[in-house]
Amino acid sequence: MNIDSIKNGIVIDHITAGKGMEIYRLLGLETLDCSVALIKNVVSKKSGKKDIIKIDSDFDVDTDILGFVDHDVTVNIIKDGKIAEKKTIELPNELTNVLKCKNPRCITSTEQELPHIFRLTDKEHRVYRCIYCETKAK
Amino acid sequence: MQMRSLIDISELTTKEIEELIGVANDIIASPQKYSKKCSGKKLATLFFEPSTRTRLSFEAAMLELGGSVLGFSEAQSSSASKGESVADTSKVISCYADIIAMRHPKEGAPLVAARNASIPVINAGDGGHCHPTQTLADLLTIYREKGGFDNLTVGFCGDLKFGRTVHSLISALIRYKGVKFVLISPNELKLPGYVKDKLDNAGIEYTETDSLENSIADLDILYMTRVQKERFFNEEDYLRLRDTYILTPEKMALAGEKLRVLHPLPRVNEISVAVDDDPRACYFKQVLYGKYMRMALILKLLEVK
Repeated sequence: MNIDSIKNGIVIDHITAGKGMEIYRLLGLETLDCSVALIKNVVSKKSGKKDIIKIDSDFDVDTDILGFVDHDVTVNIIKDGKIAEKKTIELPNELTNVLKCKNPRCITSTEQELPHIFRLTDKEHRVYRCIYCETKAK
Repeated sequence: MQMRSLIDISELTTKEIEELIGVANDIIASPQKYSKKCSGKKLATLFFEPSTRTRLSFEAAMLELGGSVLGFSEAQSSSASKGESVADTSKVISCYADIIAMRHPKEGAPLVAARNASIPVINAGDGGHCHPTQTLADLLTIYREKGGFDNLTVGFCGDLKFGRTVHSLISALIRYKGVKFVLISPNELKLPGYVKDKLDNAGIEYTETDSLENSIADLDILYMTRVQKERFFNEEDYLRLRDTYILTPEKMALAGEKLRVLHPLPRVNEISVAVDDDPRACYFKQVLYGKYMRMALILKLLEVK
């Protein structure tokens, strides 16, 4: 299958196979007017299979979301058909409105306008907890 | 400008806790020295769920510092009953008072208040989550009874799942050398994972058991808790677990002279009244110490010298 290479935009590469759609939704790519390609199960030398997302515009990618969902991805910024920058993704310290706190006793359960904020409390085990009630993200 | 607040006991450094204990001890020794320290200052007690003793302790603390108090004691008498958010309430109260003490049934509500208020906010208990000023009362009691915190074996008994006082005290004690915990609870009311994570991360030795009789002899401190009806969604579970542990003179006879019994109060039936006269029972002293630590905390957060 062929997808045209892009001239100016972003390529999110090395997405763990199966996670492409989740990243597509969390980044809100369905709202973009430009061409966006989500390619699933691409053959990969490194991991056997991977997903790739190509965005044909200068989109400000939320690297916190990428870091949380799949921190092995690489983000390539394409300028004039060439890779101008490679961004490395790290596990974010804080996530805002990416996860929802499910604790019925948490203040976020009754105050709908509060941002749902989770903080990384255990880097090794990738544990995030709600800043309000300390409930672990699932 | 956001002022310094106290939401979780872990926000205080060991040095700050020692300073608060030092100030509280000085207040106990010379109360008259402090009787006008907060003259002209106002404490707002925002209690979205009833808690007579904590509210009165805060109010007594501010009054003994020469300040005044205003506030409400249940959500029905506040704008929350009209649907006002915690953020808005705290912005409004910032215009009236110098410091807020907030109790709320929802976990994290005082943090929301602190992020929006322009005056210091003290968490006076948020759901089953944290209750840092009770912890300060507990710490002063332990300090005055034991002379310090290092190498103590501390047993927590009863509701360790919803018992916010337990979670806060554990968070405070894990910073001291050689502290060990014995966690005594029925299976349904065990310590939550996030608190156990803190123990594991701090490399603290702890054991879990369901027998108070078998563990009481090893303890320096026994921290009893009430199984709280308001934390259960279901009455049946509450009734089944309510009477699991009752401290009686017979059980006290199994403990050593070194034991001190603490309880955040109110008690229902988990400590027999017959234990009250035992010199090892410290829970009424603990109430008094709570007021002194709240005085010390108010002085600190208002930066009154």
